[in-house]
Amino acid sequence: MAESISRQPLLPFRIRIEPRLSEPPRWYPAVISLGAIIVALLLGGVVIALAGGDPLRSYAHIAKASFGSLGVLSDTIVKATPIILTALACSVAFRMKLWNIGAEGQFIMGAFGASAIVLGKVLPPEASRWAFIPVMMLAGMAAGAIWGFIPGYLKARFNVNEIISTLMLNYIAVSWVDFWIFAVWTEAGFQMSPKFPANTWLPRLADYAKAIPAFRGLTTHAGLLMGIVAAFLLWLVVFRSRWGYEIRLIGDNPQAAKYAGINITRNTIWVMMLSGALAGLGGTSEVAGVVHRLQTAPIAAGYGFTGIIVAWLAKLNPVIIILVSILFGALILAGREIQPSGVPKMIQGIILVCLIASDFMLRYRIRFVRAGKEE
Amino acid sequence: MDLIVILQAGVATGTVLLFATLGEIFAERSGVLNLGVEGMMLIGAMTGFSVGIKTGNPWLGVLAAMLFAGVISQIHAFITVTLQADQVVSGLALTFLGAGISLVLGEGLSKAGTVSPMPAFSVPLLSQIPILGPIFFTNQRLLVYLGYLMIPAAWYYINRTRPGMHLRAVGEYPAAADALGINVYRMRYLYVFVGGVMAGLAGATISLAVSPGWFSELTTAGQGWIAVGLVIFAQWDPVRAAVGSYAFGALRRLILDIQGPTTLFGLANPFYYNPYWGFFLKMLPYAFTVIVLVIGSREAMRKRLGAPAALGEPYIRGERGK
Repeated sequence: MAESISRQPLLPFRIRIEPRLSEPPRWYPAVISLGAIIVALLLGGVVIALAGGDPLRSYAHIAKASFGSLGVLSDTIVKATPIILTALACSVAFRMKLWNIGAEGQFIMGAFGASAIVLGKVLPPEASRWAFIPVMMLAGMAAGAIWGFIPGYLKARFNVNEIISTLMLNYIAVSWVDFWIFAVWTEAGFQMSPKFPANTWLPRLADYAKAIPAFRGLTTHAGLLMGIVAAFLLWLVVFRSRWGYEIRLIGDNPQAAKYAGINITRNTIWVMMLSGALAGLGGTSEVAGVVHRLQTAPIAAGYGFTGIIVAWLAKLNPVIIILVSILFGALILAGREIQPSGVPKMIQGIILVCLIASDFMLRYRIRFVRAGKEE
Repeated sequence: MDLIVILQAGVATGTVLLFATLGEIFAERSGVLNLGVEGMMLIGAMTGFSVGIKTGNPWLGVLAAMLFAGVISQIHAFITVTLQADQVVSGLALTFLGAGISLVLGEGLSKAGTVSPMPAFSVPLLSQIPILGPIFFTNQRLLVYLGYLMIPAAWYYINRTRPGMHLRAVGEYPAAADALGINVYRMRYLYVFVGGVMAGLAGATISLAVSPGWFSELTTAGQGWIAVGLVIFAQWDPVRAAVGSYAFGALRRLILDIQGPTTLFGLANPFYYNPYWGFFLKMLPYAFTVIVLVIGSREAMRKRLGAPAALGEPYIRGERGK
């Protein structure tokens, strides 16, 4: 944009939009993102009011039902845990400009892989928790990685658009799990598997209530630990390793990466597998930590899609993802009770739209110039 | 199970994909990738059904659906054309937004009643043609016939008219189009709007004609995404888009109908006696979309054809290159 756009001759000042030449200060992007969220909540309120709801009450309810007490805060963290892992999964793929929209399917396959260890009697049912949990984690990550490998391979080999292939695989994953819980592992003909034995569950805070009474009734489970460790490891990989440097270079400038001798084909497949494995770990944590049985409705609940928004909102930074996930966990937890039921989904959509629009403020600056005064 | 009946219903089902795919072809030909088709279709389906019930007139529903989806599409146009943001992320956001808004505004709509279906009729003479007559021209709704007319019209508009040339120029080489005095920004807004209107029409076609009703996100069940995939398979050509859409429509019908009868071609129907196989049947449209993408992408690589050159690139007037 060589010339700046000038308009608004009626006002005593003119608005000039000009490209930002220098890097904005460090706090600036955070302020812009916060502003975008506030605008999004205002817009969401307008739509809630249009649909006949009371926006203030809806928002007050969300805040109270998600942060109001230690118990609900713990539930908020439980909802945030799968989002942390799916957002990490999206962030590493997005970093390479690989649009993995399939975290949802990889998450479901992860839950399937972990469940297969229990339901398929891979380990003897009386094995200890410390045998089950690592094996289930590995199986879940492997299943997710396979589900990421397919679109990665198709992209690398045939240049198949990964957005659509990953999305289609989401639907296939749901049907796949539906088949198993109906035909093979059904609980008395219902659309779910039998409940897993307690020695396959992830430990919860409440399990230690005897030693620490304050933990009584708290549902936060070890999946949170998986998310935090994964975020830290991913941060190391992306920002402190040679592989991470390659991923970032391919994302920023694929031409330069190619000339530098980086193998884009191989990286496409590996990054998609890593992304799938992270989402699969999320599925494992959800099935072993919360649901305790294989069932599509609570597992395919859209965590993979929320992960996309969270990754974007956190600017793909693994550590910030944890914080943003907790906010979105709150939105989902509280949103289950408010009417109309589509509100959390709509607010997520509006937040994402406002965020993308707000990026403009990072690249351009808006100046008010007094009329008649030209520099 | 009568194959002709299935194909006849498949054409009606495929009309949904046809509208959405044609609309996306227009948007992408102008250089704007809009991944929000699914969201805009949901908006269209919800609006169409809602207005259809309130007014008792399905045509008003169709009109409102087209308008509302078109308006929603302009959010994407504003973000990608004016604010020059990433088209992929903006399109995704539009999908979330469309789904969310249609869920909120469509609350309670699934139990709100029924709308009188659009009348179906046969075309004299054309319906007498063997095989093709019963499939394409017997007992179809007006929207299906509208689809037939749109295929050659869209092809002719894109390939043989002056505005169609401008459309292609904007998508292939916007700087040159700009130098010729074509308003690139205005054209992109316009064709994103066309894409939105068509997606709205597709959504209303579901909720008012093909499978009347509002079933929240299951109303579209990923057809918007299949349409985006079909555009690649179609190589941005309306005629190929039509072939793909009707083939997918027939496939969807076949999957629904094959599980009903007890015998199939004189043999015991395995899908009737093993209802669990139905889950694998349900995967087929999505698996086929991936296969169709592989075919389309390989062909594009071999023939060195492909997407409009400026697809996905924001146009910034006065910037060097491109």
